[in-house]
Amino acid sequence: MIKLMRFMKPYRMTLVLVLVLAFAQSFANLYLPTLIADIVDNGVVKGDIGYIWRTGGLMLLVAIGGTICAIVGAFFGARVATGLGKIIRGKIFNRVEQFSLHEFDMMSTASLITRTTNDTTQVQQVWVIILLMMVTAPMMIIGGIILAVAQDATLAWILVVVMPILVGAIALIMSRAIPLFRVMQQKLDKLNLILDEGLSGVRVIRAFDRVKHEEERFDEANLDLTDVAIRVNRIVAALMPIMMLVLNVSGIAILWFGSIRVNNGEMQVGAIFAFLQYAMQILFGLLMVSMMFIMLPRAAASADRINEVLAIAPEINDAPTVNDADTQRGFVEFQDVTFSYPGAEEPALSNISFSASPGEVTAIIGGTGAGKSTLVSLIPRFYDIDSGHILIDGVDVREMSQEHLRAKIGFVPQKAVLFSGTISENIRYGKEDASEEEVQHAADVAQATEFISDMQDGFASVIAQGGMNVSGGQKQRLSIARALVRKPEIYVFDDSFSALDFKTDARLRAALKKETLDATVLIVAQRVSTVMDADQIIVLDEGHVAGIGNHRTLMRTSEVYREIVTSQLSMEEIAEEIA
Amino acid sequence: MSVERRAQQPGGMAGGPMGRGGWGAMGRPVEKPKDFKGTLKRFLVYFVPQKYRLLVVLGAAILGTTFNIVGPKILGLATTRLFEGLIAKYQAFQRHQPAPGIDFKYIATVLLILLGLYIISAIFMYVQQYVMAGVAQRMVYRLRREVEEKLSRLPLKFFDARPRGEILSRAVNDMDNISTTLQQSLTQLITSVVTLVGVIVLMLTISPLLSLVVVLTLPLSLLVTMGLAKRSQNYFRRQQRALGILNGHVEEMYTGHKIVKAFGHEGKSMAEFRDLNENLYNAGWRAQFVSGMIMPLMRFVGNLGYVIVAVVGGIMVTNGSIAIGDVQAFIQYAQQFTQPITSLANIANVIQSTMASAERIFELLDEPEEIPEAVDAQVIGTPQGAVQFQHVKFGYKEDSMLMEDMNIDVQPGQMIAVVGPTGAGKTTLVNLLMRFYEVNGGKITVDGVDITQFKRGELRRTFGMVLQDTWLFNGTIRDNIAYGREGATEEEIMRAAKAANADHFIRTLPEGYNTVLNEEATNISQGQKQLLTIARAFLADPEILILDEATSSVDTRTEIQIQKAMGELMHGRTSFVIAHRLSTIRDADLILVMNHGSIIEKGTHEELLAKGGFYADLYNSQFTGRTLLEEAV
Repeated sequence: MIKLMRFMKPYRMTLVLVLVLAFAQSFANLYLPTLIADIVDNGVVKGDIGYIWRTGGLMLLVAIGGTICAIVGAFFGARVATGLGKIIRGKIFNRVEQFSLHEFDMMSTASLITRTTNDTTQVQQVWVIILLMMVTAPMMIIGGIILAVAQDATLAWILVVVMPILVGAIALIMSRAIPLFRVMQQKLDKLNLILDEGLSGVRVIRAFDRVKHEEERFDEANLDLTDVAIRVNRIVAALMPIMMLVLNVSGIAILWFGSIRVNNGEMQVGAIFAFLQYAMQILFGLLMVSMMFIMLPRAAASADRINEVLAIAPEINDAPTVNDADTQRGFVEFQDVTFSYPGAEEPALSNISFSASPGEVTAIIGGTGAGKSTLVSLIPRFYDIDSGHILIDGVDVREMSQEHLRAKIGFVPQKAVLFSGTISENIRYGKEDASEEEVQHAADVAQATEFISDMQDGFASVIAQGGMNVSGGQKQRLSIARALVRKPEIYVFDDSFSALDFKTDARLRAALKKETLDATVLIVAQRVSTVMDADQIIVLDEGHVAGIGNHRTLMRTSEVYREIVTSQLSMEEIAEEIA
Repeated sequence: MSVERRAQQPGGMAGGPMGRGGWGAMGRPVEKPKDFKGTLKRFLVYFVPQKYRLLVVLGAAILGTTFNIVGPKILGLATTRLFEGLIAKYQAFQRHQPAPGIDFKYIATVLLILLGLYIISAIFMYVQQYVMAGVAQRMVYRLRREVEEKLSRLPLKFFDARPRGEILSRAVNDMDNISTTLQQSLTQLITSVVTLVGVIVLMLTISPLLSLVVVLTLPLSLLVTMGLAKRSQNYFRRQQRALGILNGHVEEMYTGHKIVKAFGHEGKSMAEFRDLNENLYNAGWRAQFVSGMIMPLMRFVGNLGYVIVAVVGGIMVTNGSIAIGDVQAFIQYAQQFTQPITSLANIANVIQSTMASAERIFELLDEPEEIPEAVDAQVIGTPQGAVQFQHVKFGYKEDSMLMEDMNIDVQPGQMIAVVGPTGAGKTTLVNLLMRFYEVNGGKITVDGVDITQFKRGELRRTFGMVLQDTWLFNGTIRDNIAYGREGATEEEIMRAAKAANADHFIRTLPEGYNTVLNEEATNISQGQKQLLTIARAFLADPEILILDEATSSVDTRTEIQIQKAMGELMHGRTSFVIAHRLSTIRDADLILVMNHGSIIEKGTHEELLAKGGFYADLYNSQFTGRTLLEEAV
């Protein structure tokens, strides 16, 4: 929480102003009881009606002044608090945009989203509460004590006794309640988990006729939660009555001891009036402050999560002097590349060497976890390698600027990601200044034109967030079109045809072939049928190259390749027999 | 993802120490129910079983509040006596008479009575809160239970038509809302009303004139609250919208981070964020400012009354028309007067939104349920596994039928291959066989009996389902396998695991069968998950199987294991196989070709090839991909 204060800098002066205004406002609120005491002592006791009127007028002015201060304070307070939120949000977003995939893996996307959205809102909200509501509380306490002592120092001893009692009572109750609140949250999460499982697994549950069982499981968790919730609320039930009692009893004590002092002539009767008010203000202020102590830990947890993100320096940065490769086009070369995911015991890829040239199709095949996707994600430098070199057009990727490097590549990911916006905007994501014809041509090649023109607004049809309104196959085709429109030197298809039906797949592959004639193509595939025609096939097995060559050579030389082929392609062979 | 987010949302501290409505809730937009009265009526019915407890709450609230608010009036008696004593002393002093003492005995008595009242009041207030905790939570418990029971009676159609998040939100957020309201706002409502009435009555008994003065400030405070609340609601709505858009952008950019990077659009994304953030700030600070103004202004109105009472009261005391203790009491009442009004205004909003939540839950409770089971439901003695479709007509929507007149005859032990492009509608088959959906016409029979004649559970137990989208729950591997049959012994579980080729990998896990699968079951691979569901099916030992052949997401070795285990499982059972490999298809007794949810062709491999239809086409493109490719080129 405190660490985040560094972003308060631009608002330093405003913050001071808010504090000054809060002080003035507290002063006004505290001054009113003093004036009442004056009315009693100088007006009522002496029967001076004129004095009463004058003081009343003064009170009105003080009240107005206090209100103006409060409103102006709220204005600046709101701006500071939301402004701080804005700054933090901006910082964290910009930082995250710099992150490489490594940092994303480390923090998880979901967690980064929560930190950017929820946690910043949480912190901002706390600042709103602090600056708009709580800021006067400590001043009221301190000011109240000062004025109380000024009115009558001896009577102020009552406050010395009462304040710790109040704070102690709150602390006692909350120290018992807060751990239970946490337990309650866990129970609630558990209940929600069961509910969620019940929804996602509804078919399985019913198929196994286990509805009763699920109901019992839910009921158990429900009862569990109810028990804890009742316990928590019963503990908290004591909070208000105790606080009220403390407040009321201190009022009684003030009157009693005040009376004695008034009788002894040590104090004026009006002071009792003022004193009662001060006591209320102070104790109320204490209440506010203790609430803040309950609220702060939550916000602090959010602040910590934000700081965690800000503390991560993006791992991949451009070299101080970049060497942009302009002499060649479309040459990819891996020289003895070894790469491990951070924290992993074994490298994900070991000693990978190969090269690909324009006009060639290089396919990468292997089982799950063999490192296929990892290999292609090294080409756009999503990760930095442990050892070896990756050369694009003869230059090590670490020497190029990331922008220049990635401009050479048309990347089609395994999981097609689209952004909200129209279809043509999505395709143009690959090349911002693409002409209408270029967009259409890309869609044609990607076999997307047909379904696009079936949509109501054609290319202007809007894709919902996350691409909810298009099917998996359509998403893939659009994501392919997006790469095509770029007309890159190097195409990377990371298992990007999986959601297409066979016919579309075949047509698309045929059209692609023409389109990518002079480009370098890398295809990650699961199915042998996809890769058989490739100029070179890289067979990966647990991060190692288990063979490089074309289909025919590999059938002779690579054990792993043969294994894959026989496990998958028995049908193909049979098919050939029939055909 | 949703789980993490839920866990991190501290707002989940339902009914937390500060509750809601306390800070900054003022002037936020309120959700309103469509039918307030009807919902309220129905909602109140839930209180009936707890009516005695509620009466206790009501009684305690009234008594507790009453004892509390008479306090200032009684305290005033002591002040008056003190003041009178002082004046007497003052006058005696002026007349040089011996000063009479202040009547401390009287004051002490008054204060002791007061102390007693406050203690009793505190006890009542505690009782009220204490009992209410039980009432509120028990009621929410019952509501939650009803929702769960309802969910298990709803047809699959309901779940397929709605996003999971929406159902969850009703069962979680709306329920939370109700629980908090019951715990806090209900008692607040009672105490506020009592306080308001009590304060007015007490003020009137002290001085009708002063009361009038205070009441005159009322319209002023209403004006302030309503005027500002309206404006601030607008800003809050704008803020909410801006926040929604901004969060959407963040979510999109983060989930698409790879693409943003790959296409070098970081700058664009940041620029867009900057704009959205600025928008949010502009709406945000205005919303906070306007709603932040409400409190000081209300305080001003309160202070205004305070000043007037002080002045007018002061003058009246000088005239001797009112006792000073009464003025003191009055000042306190005047201050207490605005508070129940604001909280009532707040509660009115809270109740609105609670009723909106209740309405959504009631909507869920009113969804049409599954067709009840036949009264004289038949028991399948020793099922054989014969399945027939007789003139089955089916469609998800009334106006577009997927099947018009489907007839299939499957003998016990036969293997049926289902082929077709991904998403062709294999779930439709499962839906019909398991009676997750009702047919629109014709009938499906198992061993010659219409499936609607069976108890659903009974019918479904004759089927075993091993699908690719495996469903495992957050529990141990043992429990997940044991899910296949209630009361399975340890030995049976292990035997099933062995039969499914899963025993070996389970034993290599550090905790073996006790390994707890995490929420997304990411601690075992996709293929291993499938093995577990096969084990589950082995344990259930059904007569008829519905299987999904493994596809790409599984590595070669596991795939072979799955293949073997499935072959084992299918042995001697009628099976419907969603097939991907040619050998399976060729061996099938019958092939059902599906596309877009309907069965478009059926027959044996040879028959279908000879027919030269969709299947032949599909077969050629899938299994001899190159021919088509060459054609196209």
